[in-house]
Amino acid sequence: MLDFLARLLKSSDNSSKDKAKERLRLVLVHDRALLSPGLLESLKEELIQVLSKYMDIDEQALEVNLDKSDDSVALIANIPVRNVKRRH
Amino acid sequence: MGKSIVITSGKGGVGKTTTTANIGTGLAQLGRKVCLVDADIGLRNLDVVMGLENRIVYDLVDVIEGHCRLRQAMIKDKRMENLYLLPAAQTREKDAINPVQMQELITQLKEEFEYVIVDCPAGIEQGFKNATAGADLAIIVSTPEVSAVRDADRIVGLLEAQELYDPKLIINRIRPEMVRKGDMMTIQDMIDILAIPLLGVVPDDESIIISTNRGEPAVMDKKSQSGQAFRNIVRRLEGAEIPFLELDDNSVVGRLMRMIGVGKR
Repeated sequence: MLDFLARLLKSSDNSSKDKAKERLRLVLVHDRALLSPGLLESLKEELIQVLSKYMDIDEQALEVNLDKSDDSVALIANIPVRNVKRRH
Repeated sequence: MGKSIVITSGKGGVGKTTTTANIGTGLAQLGRKVCLVDADIGLRNLDVVMGLENRIVYDLVDVIEGHCRLRQAMIKDKRMENLYLLPAAQTREKDAINPVQMQELITQLKEEFEYVIVDCPAGIEQGFKNATAGADLAIIVSTPEVSAVRDADRIVGLLEAQELYDPKLIINRIRPEMVRKGDMMTIQDMIDILAIPLLGVVPDDESIIISTNRGEPAVMDKKSQSGQAFRNIVRRLEGAEIPFLELDDNSVVGRLMRMIGVGKR
């Protein structure tokens, strides 16, 4: 019972093993996708640059992620558009 | 011109990466300008031990192949101004680089940093040759186990073949209560066998697992016993004469013995 309580308290207190698991999960997504988080970040920045030429996008809400299912990897981007720019 | 140190062992899993992270962070805490280099291409881990895995854009192989400048690949530590990490490539193999290229890279880093600490991969093949190529000093990490000491001894010989003489020894994961019972080799036993000078002794310590979970080297934790061992090691590297820790025997018997004044203090 005490042990159970201690475990309960620990897990809500963001114990180091939870932290470890969370970090591992993140790092493995990138390892398996062969793309580092930093590289994904620069991809995101360049995407914003290019897209901004054509439309007004919500940079804060932009999401770019790698999704792995079975044996294929997909780059999934969710890019909210505020306005499409008119060509002069 | 800075000094380059390679952390090696031969055997895997004895604590090279943890040692690299702690020595580098410890030297940076003393105000030294330090660059850590992960030479374990294909199996990088120094980034996660340092908690810097989310910041990697380029890596060591990118630098050597000219895909980016050295500056772009170096990651600044999030806690300290004067500490940097050059990560290994994760999706390449050891033969993506050669010792000559590595030596040039280390020489370049030594112009900017006071210490360049290289985390060597396990094994004695290409990865080992790359990692040791530009080193001025080698530190051999061994645990008090037969297999680790045997491999450490082999490494002493291989380092000599690379013209790296006078390596220093770090004994990792010593368990005082087992030593006291005669179930683990003592520090003196290991020095007798390997016949190389001792740089430090690090106790087997749960705080290492916790600090690795968090990505924060134990040397930053003032309460950690292994952290203290690493703080002593960096001061010895800086030339200070620090006595070796009389390791606390934290077993119940050990504590009792001390209470009644029998055990070693």
